[in-house]
Amino acid sequence: MSSPAAEAHAHAAEHPVEHMPTGLNTKKLIMWLFLASDCMFFGTLITTHLIYRKIYANLGVDPIEIFDIELTTASSFILLMSSLFMALAVSAIHKGNVKSFRWNLIGVIVFGGLFLAGQVYEFNHFVHYSGLTLESGTFGSTFYLMTGTHGVHVALGILWLLSWLIYSYTPRFNSAEHAIDVETAGLYWHFVDIVWIVIFTAVYLIEYV
Amino acid sequence: MKSETTFQSTTMAPPVESPVHEPPVDRPAGRPRSNIGLVRPDGRGFLVDWLTTVDHKKIGIMYFVFAMGFFLVGGIEALLIRAQLAVAENNLVSPQTYNQLFTMHGTTMIFLAVMPLSSAFFNLLIPLQIGARDVAFPRLNAFSLWTFVAGAVIINLSWFFQAAEALGWFGVAGGHTDMVPAVGWFGYAPLTMTEYSGIGTDFWIFGLQVLGIASIAAALNFIVTIINFRAPGMKMMRLPVFTWMTLITSLLIIFAFPPITVALGQVMFDRFFGTSFFNVEGGGQPILWQHLFWIFGHPEVYILILPAMGIISEILPTFSRKPLFGYSLVVFSGAVIGFLGFAVWSHHMFTTGLGKVATAAFSLLTMAIAVPTGVKIFNWIGTLWGGRIKFSVPMVLALGFIFMFMMGGFSGIMHSSAPADAQQQDSYFVVAHFHYVLIGGSILAILAGTYFWLPKFTGRMWYGSLGYWMSGLVLVGFNLTFFPMHFLGLIGMPRRTHSYLEGTGWQPLNIVCTIGAFLLAFGILLFLIDLIRTVRKGPPAGNDPWDGRTLEWSIPSPPPVYNFAKTPVVKARDALWADKHGSSRQKLGGVESGSHGIHMPSNSWMPLVASAGLLLVGVSMALKQAGVPFCGYLAIGGLVITTVGIYLWALEGPGGYHLHPRPNEGGARS
Repeated sequence: MSSPAAEAHAHAAEHPVEHMPTGLNTKKLIMWLFLASDCMFFGTLITTHLIYRKIYANLGVDPIEIFDIELTTASSFILLMSSLFMALAVSAIHKGNVKSFRWNLIGVIVFGGLFLAGQVYEFNHFVHYSGLTLESGTFGSTFYLMTGTHGVHVALGILWLLSWLIYSYTPRFNSAEHAIDVETAGLYWHFVDIVWIVIFTAVYLIEYV
Repeated sequence: MKSETTFQSTTMAPPVESPVHEPPVDRPAGRPRSNIGLVRPDGRGFLVDWLTTVDHKKIGIMYFVFAMGFFLVGGIEALLIRAQLAVAENNLVSPQTYNQLFTMHGTTMIFLAVMPLSSAFFNLLIPLQIGARDVAFPRLNAFSLWTFVAGAVIINLSWFFQAAEALGWFGVAGGHTDMVPAVGWFGYAPLTMTEYSGIGTDFWIFGLQVLGIASIAAALNFIVTIINFRAPGMKMMRLPVFTWMTLITSLLIIFAFPPITVALGQVMFDRFFGTSFFNVEGGGQPILWQHLFWIFGHPEVYILILPAMGIISEILPTFSRKPLFGYSLVVFSGAVIGFLGFAVWSHHMFTTGLGKVATAAFSLLTMAIAVPTGVKIFNWIGTLWGGRIKFSVPMVLALGFIFMFMMGGFSGIMHSSAPADAQQQDSYFVVAHFHYVLIGGSILAILAGTYFWLPKFTGRMWYGSLGYWMSGLVLVGFNLTFFPMHFLGLIGMPRRTHSYLEGTGWQPLNIVCTIGAFLLAFGILLFLIDLIRTVRKGPPAGNDPWDGRTLEWSIPSPPPVYNFAKTPVVKARDALWADKHGSSRQKLGGVESGSHGIHMPSNSWMPLVASAGLLLVGVSMALKQAGVPFCGYLAIGGLVITTVGIYLWALEGPGGYHLHPRPNEGGARS
């Protein structure tokens, strides 16, 4: 944060009474709560997958033969690095360095896009070469719904950050005012990244131990 | 950002003192434009104003009106069910229609009546009880309202398609003729598969999905509001109990709804894309649906009852003229109920064969949840003890709540014992139990709350004895309807049965139930009559007709659009009571709004636009299942509308203008 005090002061000027006894930023708070809710969302998806994979195992397929662990490892690394760019972008906008903010944001978008491209390639490969489709039993159903939902989260995040990138070229953009909004988007991005770490571990890696 | 959208009103309206109508406030002149150049819908006519409002009080009133409408629809469905069951071997409605009626009755009452009625109270009261200008995100609040309406419309539109089917205007080639949901309110798999149910199930899936978005958005908004928008001095342990229960309910909503969202998504994929989440042929397990549904469904029970407990905890102290007995215990009990509510879902599934350990664990946890509930009841009785009790209508209903809710609680404890539950499962005993907690609990509290806060929000006081007649009729009719159902269940009458044979011996009690149901309906009719005549010609209520304890009673009735002329500074729990009757150190303080007045947000079309897109998605997807051409494109169009609405919403900016309350207007007491 460039200066939390200055921000609080700006807020106090707008609303003469300081309404926030907790000192938590309202936008960040609602994003944290949304992410808490999203934990239950992904928790349900991952649990469904693991129940059908481990307890009511009726796969009809061998995950190791289907997975391309090298590709997924590479795309997981790319997604992790996008989070590094995200952190740098947030840091840059808090310092008022719009140029650095934009370049780092482009980094996030490109790396997020690469991850999505990897997922599209993976899905395409699974469907056409391994014959794993939505209809092929519980493994296909739960795998595609879970990873697909994660992919949609990544895509929405890219759309959100792309919107900020474009907005940063408009005259209304003000790094001091919008730093908190970008930080909120960053929270979302990091969360989606963390969810992938869980999915990568519980769904892919665990087959290889 | 501010310079273009802020209005500094300089002209002061002449003070017109009318005790009933809201005093005129300064309005911005001219046509304000948003950041993207669109004209903001501020200061327009009646209809535009209500469609675009971001004022929590107007949104609350709309929640109340829409939910009351659906409450009546659900009530009519219930009366049809009771009329069908009145005599043995009756054929008033067909078995198919009967299935649709009980499904829609349950779905409507839970998602379209009790939940939004609770939301109405959240909206009306929370900002006032914590001394705030509005909720944290006013436009998100409007989005929650319109998304609720969209979901409700999606589910209920199915009736029109059923009517069209009956008239031969609409049909599904080779499909089921169920256009209305007919799978029960918990839609057990595999009944929801395309082989066993028609497009009614799709209306149900998409309607519930949209309602889930509305509930989660509203819950996030209220948690942030309660945590961050409290007036100075309003510490957490000084919050009114209703506010506390709203906070806990909202937390339950954000954690309970995602599992049902995923489960509904899975059913949707099963129906549309041939997946096998619940399809046994593909290796799916229908029992998974039950788990996912009840992981949502049991917290949902507390989502329905905790706001009611909050309302009761406001009414009892006011009419006993005592502070709430054991405030902290009541608050912590609410929190414990909310927490334990996530750990008892499998008691809905005792008869599915979970295994001894799981059954014993869920049995124990279910018994444990009776402890905090009992704590609350004893605290309410402690509040009454030695109080100067005034039997006003809200108090009569609140006392009825304690007794009726306890009856529902007792049969609930009976269910917690797995062997007993095995006898009661799917019988009318269960029907009796949950109607005792939902009507005897939630609905009685909502009626009580309506009588309690009606003077505040209409500025008019109800009068005469109609309210007492209403209370009596509702209580008698309710008990006459549901008490015999305990016996019906114990002598074997199954739940969700279209008809029964002469020789079963169920006939006499069923007649009693049906008579009771019509008495109850008559009581609700009296309630509506009393409501309407109060709104039309009730005498002026004054600011504080009950000698109230919380901040909403410190401001004029109806509250001015900006709520508090001066932001209250709270010095004690029961802030207003302490101000009136406490020591001099506990007087309410007030902070002036400063030279530029009170900042008000602009109205907006965008929440309505975003919700309208969701309505289109839901209806199109259900019709797509029916084979109507181009519906897939329509659904995509709906998503585009929602996306455009959200983008314009983000880009238009909150806008706003400033109001100057007149010196003699309410707000924090001097």
